Amino acid sequence: MNILAKIKKANLLGRGGGCFSTTLKWKMVDEASGNEKYIVCNASEGEPGVKKDGYILKHRAEEVIEGIEIARSFLNKGKKKIKVKAYIYINGDYYQTLGPGLLECIGKKDIELFVKPHGAGYIGGEETSILNSIEGERIEPRLRPPYPTTNGLWGCPTLINNVETLLNVSLVNSDNYRKERYYTVSGKAQNKGVFYLPDDWTIEKVLKETRNYPFFDFFVQVGGDGSGVVLNKKQLKIPVNGAGTIKVYKLQGHKAEKIMKSWLDFFLGESCGQCTPCREGIYRLSQIVKKDSVDWILFKEILENLEESSFCGLGCAVPIPLKSYLKNVAKLPGVFIQDQKLVCKCFK
Amino acid sequence: MAKIFYITLNNKRTKCSEGETILEVAKRNKISIPTLCHHLDFSAKGNCRICVVEVKEKGSKKKIGDLVTSCSTEARPGMIIKTNSEKVKKSRNLNIELIFSEHVEKCESCVWSLNCSLRKMARDYDVKITRFKERKENRKIYKFANAVEIDGTQCIDCRNCIEACSVMQNINYLEIKGKGYKQEIVPTTNKDFDCIYCGQCALHCPVSAAQEQSEWEEVEKKIRNKKKILVAQFAPSIRVSVGEEFGLPYGKIVTDQIVSGLKALGFDYVFDVNFGADLTTMVEAEELLERIKYKKTIPMITSCCPAWVKYTEFYHPELIPNLTTSRSPHIHLGGVIKTYWARKMKINPKNIEVVSIMPCTAKKYEAKRKEMKVGGNYPVDNVLTTREFAWLMKKNKIKFGKLKNEKSDNPLGEYTGAGAIYGGSGGVMESALRTAHYMACGNKKSGVCRSKIDFKEVRGMDGVKEAVVKVAGSPLRVAVVNGIGNIEPIIENLSNYDYIEVMACPGGCIGGGGQPIPTTKEIREKRIQALYKIDKGKKIRKAHENKGVLEVLDWLEEKKGLEHKVLHTYYYSKRLKRGK
Repeated sequence: MNILAKIKKANLLGRGGGCFSTTLKWKMVDEASGNEKYIVCNASEGEPGVKKDGYILKHRAEEVIEGIEIARSFLNKGKKKIKVKAYIYINGDYYQTLGPGLLECIGKKDIELFVKPHGAGYIGGEETSILNSIEGERIEPRLRPPYPTTNGLWGCPTLINNVETLLNVSLVNSDNYRKERYYTVSGKAQNKGVFYLPDDWTIEKVLKETRNYPFFDFFVQVGGDGSGVVLNKKQLKIPVNGAGTIKVYKLQGHKAEKIMKSWLDFFLGESCGQCTPCREGIYRLSQIVKKDSVDWILFKEILENLEESSFCGLGCAVPIPLKSYLKNVAKLPGVFIQDQKLVCKCFK
Repeated sequence: MAKIFYITLNNKRTKCSEGETILEVAKRNKISIPTLCHHLDFSAKGNCRICVVEVKEKGSKKKIGDLVTSCSTEARPGMIIKTNSEKVKKSRNLNIELIFSEHVEKCESCVWSLNCSLRKMARDYDVKITRFKERKENRKIYKFANAVEIDGTQCIDCRNCIEACSVMQNINYLEIKGKGYKQEIVPTTNKDFDCIYCGQCALHCPVSAAQEQSEWEEVEKKIRNKKKILVAQFAPSIRVSVGEEFGLPYGKIVTDQIVSGLKALGFDYVFDVNFGADLTTMVEAEELLERIKYKKTIPMITSCCPAWVKYTEFYHPELIPNLTTSRSPHIHLGGVIKTYWARKMKINPKNIEVVSIMPCTAKKYEAKRKEMKVGGNYPVDNVLTTREFAWLMKKNKIKFGKLKNEKSDNPLGEYTGAGAIYGGSGGVMESALRTAHYMACGNKKSGVCRSKIDFKEVRGMDGVKEAVVKVAGSPLRVAVVNGIGNIEPIIENLSNYDYIEVMACPGGCIGGGGQPIPTTKEIREKRIQALYKIDKGKKIRKAHENKGVLEVLDWLEEKKGLEHKVLHTYYYSKRLKRGK
């Protein structure tokens, strides 16, 4: 069985958080015409709360590099004319500690470590921003289409895969893939850390099996501490999505105002500023929640506009934590549960 | 041939061809979709998010479609598109309202206020313009010499100015500082780059945040005070563009309306810069032949584009000796007005105010260059852009297009076809070649000296036009650079040429930074065609046959010291002075 068939059979999904079909992505880059192609292993890990890529690079770098080489031989297989250059786009902090080891591991292979520039942040890990970053352009998303699979680095077809995805590729190749994934548990949990467990476990099961299920009332944010969805403790019977993170919050005594502000501050700092809904919308959201009397109708309208008309995934993600928190945890204001006019003073 | 297919556009089966964007299809079918960051000169950026439409792909089971930007999304077979659904309206209006909060309204003094796309949108789409508090009132205004400015309090972050400065002109003077809501358009701090004042940023700004540094208020005051003799002179290219500001078709020739408009504004005399252009041709053609004859610095390069002159002085001071020392047409004419004409009219030149109506922002800068002075007077006291001129007429309720036609005053209003084509890329060169050919031949009229008028090799909208033309039988290697973004490869191969024309703005002056908005490729072409139409319709099409010009030159020749001052100028490196 060739590698693509194996990947298809294993149903590998992108582990950067997007869960895009790995089979499809590989096929698209393979079918794109061009004698020069690129592979980028995304180790930028810019989403707060996600630690697994660093963990994998620390413990399983050989396998990741093996995954890159498998991708390379897949892309130039039988077509010797096709040159494939590979990058590992690595978070600056990881480079500090893991850089030397990685370089040794890479040896003479044609893989370049490209350090994510300081200040590139969360948006600097978005795949088209990575392309801009490597090309020395302003770090922000590109207009799509065209997609990186056909027009990536310097206009060439480019395969961008997360560290964990490439690890899985190497496992699939050697028939060692056991449908497991990495979870990061953080926040008010007793046994925080990175865990390697079956990929279909529910949130509740992951928390229980890792001895992280709290004895107090709590809620969680799943899939990234920035853009992940917020769930109350009755909603945990679903698998962990996105980048595989669970952050535990103590329900009692948590400050709604503070938690909302922390998300908004995060997005406010990360928005690249290209598009109106994100640049202006997030700014207005952060102004609205500062007021004594919060205009929830407008708040919701701006969130929906972000969801529907943003340029990239960052803008679309802003409503996820905010809406789900208001709906699932704060249970206020009513406007997020049923569309009725409600302007309340609940956050001061 | 592109594939043809059908989509459903606002419930109507609509034909499209492969590669067309939704916006293009809508426009073709007279469905209006608002845009701000979209400009036909640039590839789609999709950042203002105002052109969103609702789309359901073929076979989609969704009840409500997704929003996409119509400027950047190609139509695909079977798409079901709504341009004005509730979902579209909600998002579009909110985005317009958010953009309004970035733009501190200064409509009272804004030359753009009557054309403003933001105000039009507020009317057309029932937008609550004051929904959000203005957030940029403390932003800076960056001024570039006395020519162009970028007013951060009005900027809506569409980045068209960056596209114009970097992608189109390859000047790279403007940058984006910061990110998110803090981002700001700023001049670069890199001292290796400088503004050339071409004004393409202003020409592509949808909200007039990038704009000319206006002089219309000063001019209006001068008209009101009436202390001096007020003389207006208007550029070759504006007669084929200013009509657009009053709803006339692209490329409509409105020479006589401009004269009556200027008179109606209160100018005492109106002269035609085409006369100045004929004068420039004489000076330049003579210099060209002299350089070739005595093997002086070759190639000679034109200097009537002040943005190109600034480019040379800053980026390539080593090329200063290659620039013709001839002054530009409006400086020539201004100088003649304040010497020859003043003497003739027995007016003290100090009592004359000359106002140029120009397609250009860099001309404001050129007019204030100290070395332009003749006998202590600036040849030109104020420069108004085409937009400023149109605004003044609108503001004063002058019914442009319906005025009684008037001719320019004489003797400085006569012109030839050669002067007329100065406004388009290749025009300066063609005029000079017509006259150089004559000058080189003297009175001979046969053989290689048969009359030569059209030099079609140097016309057209290509970025670079190269040819070997025959002037009096001798081959002359020429190049025309149409847009400063195309200059560097030519400079690298300078020794391949004898004579080069450079215009910083694409299309030449008809695409100048002071021209009506919008200016696009199609519009530039229509304007330039109109110039050639004027040329063709003229009985006299060679500068050296302009009797008025010959008389002025004779007069100047007798006034030895004055002649050089009025006709020639000099340049100096701006490298040393930068950072000042």
